[in-house]
Amino acid sequence: MTGDKSRAGSAERQRDGAAMPAPPRARPGRPLRPAQLRAQASAWGFIAPVVAYLVAFYAYPLYRNIDLSIRTYTVASFVTGNAPYSGLANYSRIFRSPTFSPALVNTAVFTFVSIAFQFAIGLALAVFFYRRFRLSSLLRALFLIPWLLPLLVSASTWSWMLNSDSGIVNSFLQAIGAGPVDWLTSPHWSLAAVLIANVWIGIPFNLVIMYSGLQSISTDVFEAAAIDGANGWQRFWRVTFPLLRPVSAITLLLGFIYTLKVFDIIWIMTRGGPATSSTTLAIWSYQLGFGSLLPDFSSASAVGNVLIIIAVFFALIYIRARHRLEAT
Amino acid sequence: MTVQITRRACAALLALTAVTALAACSSSSGSSSSASSATGGTYSLWDPYPQYNASSAWWKLVASCGTKAGVTIKHTAYDTTALTTQALLAGQQGTSPNILLVDNPVVSTLATAGILTTTAQNGLSTGAIAPNILGAGILNGGTYGVPIGANTLALYYNPKVLQAAGVSPASITSWASLTAALAKVKAAGKKGITFSGINTEEGSFQFLPWFWGAGAELTNLGSSQATAALTLWTTWIKDGYAPNSVIQNTQTTSWQEFQTGDFAFAENGTWQKAGAATMGAPIISIPAENGGAAPVPTGGEFFTIPVQKDKASYATSAKIIQCLSSTSNIVTTDSTLNYIAPTKAGQQAQLTADPSLSSWVTAVGVAKARTGDNLGTKYPVISQQMWTAVQKAESGAAAPASALQAAQSAAAAKLNQ
Repeated sequence: MTGDKSRAGSAERQRDGAAMPAPPRARPGRPLRPAQLRAQASAWGFIAPVVAYLVAFYAYPLYRNIDLSIRTYTVASFVTGNAPYSGLANYSRIFRSPTFSPALVNTAVFTFVSIAFQFAIGLALAVFFYRRFRLSSLLRALFLIPWLLPLLVSASTWSWMLNSDSGIVNSFLQAIGAGPVDWLTSPHWSLAAVLIANVWIGIPFNLVIMYSGLQSISTDVFEAAAIDGANGWQRFWRVTFPLLRPVSAITLLLGFIYTLKVFDIIWIMTRGGPATSSTTLAIWSYQLGFGSLLPDFSSASAVGNVLIIIAVFFALIYIRARHRLEAT
Repeated sequence: MTVQITRRACAALLALTAVTALAACSSSSGSSSSASSATGGTYSLWDPYPQYNASSAWWKLVASCGTKAGVTIKHTAYDTTALTTQALLAGQQGTSPNILLVDNPVVSTLATAGILTTTAQNGLSTGAIAPNILGAGILNGGTYGVPIGANTLALYYNPKVLQAAGVSPASITSWASLTAALAKVKAAGKKGITFSGINTEEGSFQFLPWFWGAGAELTNLGSSQATAALTLWTTWIKDGYAPNSVIQNTQTTSWQEFQTGDFAFAENGTWQKAGAATMGAPIISIPAENGGAAPVPTGGEFFTIPVQKDKASYATSAKIIQCLSSTSNIVTTDSTLNYIAPTKAGQQAQLTADPSLSSWVTAVGVAKARTGDNLGTKYPVISQQMWTAVQKAESGAAAPASALQAAQSAAAAKLNQ
């Protein structure tokens, strides 16, 4: 670097040269062309690891997933690698499968209900903790526990608690005079059971992000609103909530993508059952690919791609909404 | 600067190659096989027993059999479900292990994938092995491995509970007498029977004794016999003879229920016999609908020899397997793994050491391979539909007959694809 610096004659030139090409007008002319080339090359050198990373861990797996879904892979052709091209046949088969519509409906219900409750409860708690009181930080830390526990632990605990015969929830229900509920074994309740567990797990995430969003709002705004005579409710709906909109948007989007692909909680608690009553697209994809002794990788990846398309669709909506927000 | 750019480019290139290499050689352990010749070298062995480590008797036996064959063995243990995927991936990459121990219903899947060699190719002898246990390894006339041992299902019972209810275990010979016993147990204030009716392969495994015991065939899930078997289960749940939790029970959680001491019966496998002995729970065979012992499915792994570039290695692999499955060795191995030996001589030796095994030896004697009758890779498709139907009926989402008929048409549609 030192040699190069003396040649370029200016430390400043050098600094932005390495990061990005400087505007052409500021360049003294020909003698510096090789230096600029080198700067370009070194810029690429900096980018290369990221590009390699993206290609190896994102582009290639995605390409493989699409490739798997547009060919008919059997166990034999998976090994030999000569699966015949079958176009969209796998997709049309999964769309016509009797599992598709329950899985899609379950995914939609699971995602939207989870997010609605997680977000509402998370926001309410964030507002609650915004007013500091004695032990508030201890309480807030306690609320983070679901987030710290390994999912395997929390899901297993929930499935014990919701056990029909020996679960604590049913003994509580019986103690207060309500009949027992077959949380995990009834086709009407299993989705509700996994929803409750998932809402509980998702609250801390919403709480933390909304809380930090609240912290970034200047207290002057609240003071001004209070002086203008706004009551607590009005201050929340007219001031806090609109100012939290950017944070809310990203929380909802992250929550959406995160919930869309939830697999572990459902798999541990119900295995997607009974029958298909708590099967989401993610569970179905796993069942096809790894759930039986005979893997069906093509259908499994087709279901996986449908999930990706849904996630991308909502991400696009988010980006549009952001643009509109920034424009105003 | 030039030096630095080159260095950076090199680093980037290195990073890229490292990443690609990582993706390509996820299972490098097997790749050494091509380098090993008939004598000397390293042979790889994969098994689904992650509970054992290098200090266990099983690993020591494997190592000593390797030494006898003049090679060192690289021993890797995988989780049962992960092993199938690992074996398929290794087959795709051409890095299969020299010896692969897999769960018996997976043998036909891997054989269909073209990963495994037949005994005709690899020279393994199958002479003394009981045909019903070997059945899972046979596909289209080829035998793709030899069993390490077999386990199966039976009805464990709690003598204290039965005595309190006034039921004699000897009286249970058919579904009717079993249901009558369950009614008496319930009347005495205890719980009837626990099993695993979960929506995975375990659920199918546990349902098969009743399914086969009614005379149903896997090729026709919608038959009236199949409906009778499923109706037996759903009636038990409805009448409170079996707890609602059987819908979600794995065989382990079902066993935990039985261990509470409240249950009269538990349908479970050979692998629980040590725990059963400590709680004083003997077994009876699972009754068929109209009396006699129902056919039960075999469990247990097979020794297989995956396809290698170096065909000469098969002889050494076969030698190692013959050593591991020789009567004296297999008795020790099967006793640690809770298996019944696959040969008459082996079973005799096990009985001499532990006479309490006799009812298990009888049970294994009438057991059937799930993938037998040349079902092969049709079995997984049928099994998946079967456990789905069982789940629907147990949870009340559908009646047994309509659930099974739907399962039959779904299985038929998938098999005709």
